[in-house]
Amino acid sequence: MAGTGVLIELENGMVKETSLGVMTAAAGSSIHALVLDEDVSKAKDTLTQYGAQKIVLIKAEDDLNKNPELQAQALIQAIDSLGLDALLATAGAIGGDLMARVAAIREEPLVTDCVAVNIGEKSVKKSHFSGKTFATLKVDSPVFLCTIRPNSIEPAVSPSQGEVVELMAEVKDAGQLEIIDVKKESESKLDLTEASIIITGGRAIKAAENYSMLEACAQKLGAAVGASRAAVDAGYAPHSMQVGQTGKTVSPKLYIACGVSGAVQHFAGMRTSKIIVAINEDKDAPIFAKCDYGIIGDIFEVVPKLTEKL
Amino acid sequence: MKIFVCLKHVPDTAINIKVSGTNGYEDSEVKFIPNPYDEYALEEAVSIVEEQGGEVVIITVGKPEAAATIRGAMAMGADRAILVKTDNQFLDSSLTAEALKAAIEADGMPDMIFTGKGSVDTEGFQTHYRLARALGLPVVNEVSVLTLDNEAVQVQREIGGGEKQVIRMTLPCLIGATKGLNEPRYPKFQAIMKAKKKEIKEMDIADFGIDPSNGRVTIERLEIVPERSGARMLDGSVDDQVTELVRVLKEDEKVL
Repeated sequence: MAGTGVLIELENGMVKETSLGVMTAAAGSSIHALVLDEDVSKAKDTLTQYGAQKIVLIKAEDDLNKNPELQAQALIQAIDSLGLDALLATAGAIGGDLMARVAAIREEPLVTDCVAVNIGEKSVKKSHFSGKTFATLKVDSPVFLCTIRPNSIEPAVSPSQGEVVELMAEVKDAGQLEIIDVKKESESKLDLTEASIIITGGRAIKAAENYSMLEACAQKLGAAVGASRAAVDAGYAPHSMQVGQTGKTVSPKLYIACGVSGAVQHFAGMRTSKIIVAINEDKDAPIFAKCDYGIIGDIFEVVPKLTEKL
Repeated sequence: MKIFVCLKHVPDTAINIKVSGTNGYEDSEVKFIPNPYDEYALEEAVSIVEEQGGEVVIITVGKPEAAATIRGAMAMGADRAILVKTDNQFLDSSLTAEALKAAIEADGMPDMIFTGKGSVDTEGFQTHYRLARALGLPVVNEVSVLTLDNEAVQVQREIGGGEKQVIRMTLPCLIGATKGLNEPRYPKFQAIMKAKKKEIKEMDIADFGIDPSNGRVTIERLEIVPERSGARMLDGSVDDQVTELVRVLKEDEKVL
């Protein structure tokens, strides 16, 4: 059976939900869960439960975490030494970056941010033009490189008997690039692009401090909090929270837009959400024409009520 | 300081896409713009050159019509431009990178290359990595903060969960820009007039011995994603509306 590598991302030692979705995308092939130099003791059981036939802990003499180029080199050695014919990762800041480096070094095709994948056929479906169209792409290469859009594939349990093996990679630092620090900008907030529920505040939020109302609701929902471009430009929220063109592209199962008018540029970043709920005082807001459920009302009345009912 | 800015000619994000044939789109009647992220790239390049001297060269691989898009962008302060022409709507990212590399090398190596973090048409997020690799340059994508000293550049990139990596790179290097890096300027009338006289050197992708049909990713089908229609509007008091919303999300949609 063909071997598929899945780049696993951990958070506080636990496997990220998005990585489990990528493992499910690889179901049917022999899944090698690849972990870059981290403690896998807490993650091992989850990985085998979701189908890992091998858990490969990749290490090197150099510190892999100081340079993504070294991580890419290490992943390439894993592909070669394990004889993998596919490598999948989450389409996010880490996975997307590493896979682009791997593809560039190997001079092989890479398909990114896919919502459906057929590994055997080397065929994928992905968004073009900000979700206005889907393209079906077919890849011609010996090793199939692909990143999967978070939340597009629901993780499914598929128990396996995976063992942890170590792989010592030989990497070479060209001395051109180094991660010198990782700054924590805000308290451990849920990652917007990976969240399965998102509640977003638009211009109608009126002030930065009013986001606390959305935070309270988000806490009950297990959601991440986003902002529209109008709210970011007005200084109510940082750019890291912006959903839409020039911000983040998200694809949660539930997207609740509070006081967001629904500009084309906003939809560019959230169109592929499964369910879109809009709450807006203006009955003529464009968002009501493109959502699944709508409530015409003042967000300062509706949102606290929602928090209470959850 | 010589800086290249890779700029892509893309359909305006506000328009509706019409599919033509099985795997193409109607592009003759459509408004095109510079890829929005590339404007952050161009602004950064222009401000560095304004401060330190040198030149900003825009480089585009695209259809002949891209010349008009380049002309508009040049008003932001680029000195000249190179257009490598191809008729292919969806040129393979490896071939695009190969064409960019050939044109850049033919013109003379820069100190920095700026691109957008990705393009809003094909959303491939990889051409700049391939270009950097081919030229032997370090690359960081999604850069929102940049400081330059003599031989190195320090950048920040967001990695999610409220964290930012601080990365140091040696020059020459390639930077993928995103929002936050700067505020792209609106060109003044004078700058627009001046841009009309600037050079756009046009070449053909075949001049570099590249065959656009040699891509290894084939687009088999392009299909329109239907827009949602007919939202269910909830009615009654706020209490009724919210109670019903929570019920449908739990029971009907099973997303809570």
